[in-house]
Amino acid sequence: MKINVTVNGTAHEADIEPRTLLVHFIRENLNLTGTHIGCDTSHCGACTILLDGQSVKSCTILAVQANDKTIQTIEGMAANGLHPLQEGFHENHGLHCGYCTPGMIMRASELLANNPNPTEDEIRWGISGNLCRCTGYNNIVKSIQYASAKMRGETPASTEPQFV
Amino acid sequence: MIAQSFNYEAPHTLTEAIHLLQHYGDDAKILSGGHSLIPMMKLRFASPAVLIDINNIPGLSDIIIDGDTIKIGALTREVQLEHSDLLKEHYPIFADVTKQIADPQVRNRGTLGGNLAHGDAANDHPAVMLALGASVIATGPDGSRSIDINDFFQGFYTTALEQNEVLTEIYIPVPPDHTGSAYHKLERKVGDYATAGVAVVLTMDGDICKNIGIGLTNVNAVPMRALRSEEFLKGKPLTDQNVKEAGKLASEDCAPSSDLRGSEAYKRDMGAVLVRRMIASALSRVK
Repeated sequence: MKINVTVNGTAHEADIEPRTLLVHFIRENLNLTGTHIGCDTSHCGACTILLDGQSVKSCTILAVQANDKTIQTIEGMAANGLHPLQEGFHENHGLHCGYCTPGMIMRASELLANNPNPTEDEIRWGISGNLCRCTGYNNIVKSIQYASAKMRGETPASTEPQFV
Repeated sequence: MIAQSFNYEAPHTLTEAIHLLQHYGDDAKILSGGHSLIPMMKLRFASPAVLIDINNIPGLSDIIIDGDTIKIGALTREVQLEHSDLLKEHYPIFADVTKQIADPQVRNRGTLGGNLAHGDAANDHPAVMLALGASVIATGPDGSRSIDINDFFQGFYTTALEQNEVLTEIYIPVPPDHTGSAYHKLERKVGDYATAGVAVVLTMDGDICKNIGIGLTNVNAVPMRALRSEEFLKGKPLTDQNVKEAGKLASEDCAPSSDLRGSEAYKRDMGAVLVRRMIASALSRVK
C-alpha cells in the first residue's frame, strides 16, 4: 500500500505491506534507528514517537495508519541544537545505557506540551508507560524538571545527579 | 513480532465500513485503537484476513448530553474520557477507570468502544458500564439497534454484536441527584490487567441506598454484575454490616481462576474487599 508521511518535517512516500508496524517502517525504511524496539508488546515505551503530536507506541500501530500524518522521532529533536529535554538528560545523568531515552524524551515532550509545569507526581505518572532498567527514574524525573524550567524561560536549578 | 498478512481498508464513512463488513464476512475485524487487537495479531492469537480501520470515520468520538442521557462515541479515546469535564462533573468513576488503564501512550490510542467490543473480562470498562446501567448502539446494514449492557457480554471474548455491525455509541444515564461512583482495581504494576476490580455506582435517599450497580473485573470468564449484592443493599442503610455482607455475596458469586495474579481464594477475598472500599468511596462522592 502506498502511504505518505511527514517525518521530522520531511515528506516521505513509501509502498509497504499493511502488516508493517510503524516502528519497523521508521527504523528499516527510513533508517531512523533512534526509535528503539524494546519489549515489542507495548509495555516498555522504547518505541514511543509522536504521531500528529501525540505520544504513541509505534510497535502497536500499523505504518499504514500513519498515512497523511506527521511523525516526530528523536532524530527531529535536535534540529536547533540540543532540545531542553536532551540537555536535561545530559545535565542530570538521566540516562545510563540510553536505550529507553528516545522514548522517554518523546513521551516527556508531549507531557510538557500539555502541562508545562508538572509536579513530580505528574511527571512520574506521565512516564508510567516507559520503563528504564538502569537509572531508577530519579534522574529521569530531574531531567524532565530541568527541561520544564528551561522551556518556561526559567533557569533550571543546579542539581547534582543522584547515584542510588 | 509481525502479524500474518492481511488486507487493510480505511473507510471514511460508517456506511462504507458496514458494506465492507458485509462483503468480507467473518474474515474481517474492525480496527479502532488496536491496542488489544494488534498485539493479538502479532502473537498470532488472531489472524483476520481483513482489517477495517474505522479511525478515519468522523462523528464517532463525541461526548454529549442529550436530555437525560450521556452519549459517548465508540471511538472516544481513553485520554478524552480521562479529561472530559462533562464526565468529571457527572461520573468521577471515568477518571478512576481511565487512569488505571495501561499507560498514557496506550490511552492516547485505546477507545471505549474497542474496550467493550473486545469482550475481554479482564478489561476495565465492562464492569463500569454494568454498574452504570449503560446501553450500546450497534449499527448494521438495517440501521441501529440498542443493546442493554446486561445482554452484551455473552461469553469468552464474545459479545452480542453481529458480524456486520459496528459498535457506534454508548449511552449512559445522567445520574440522578445524590449519586456517587468509584472504580479501583488491584494490579501488580501500573497498566496491568486487574487481579480483581470493582465498579460501584450508587444513588442515596437520605441514609438509604436507593439504587446501586456493582460491576466486577477479571473475576469471571465474562464481565459480571454482583446482582445479589445489589439486591441485598437496595432499600437498606449502608451500615458496615450490610456493606460487608454485600462484599461476601459478591465474592461467593464470582468465579475467578487461579493464575499468576493470584489464587482463586485470594481473588475472591480481594473482590470482597474492593466491593466494600468502592461502596465507601462512591458514598463519599455522593452529591
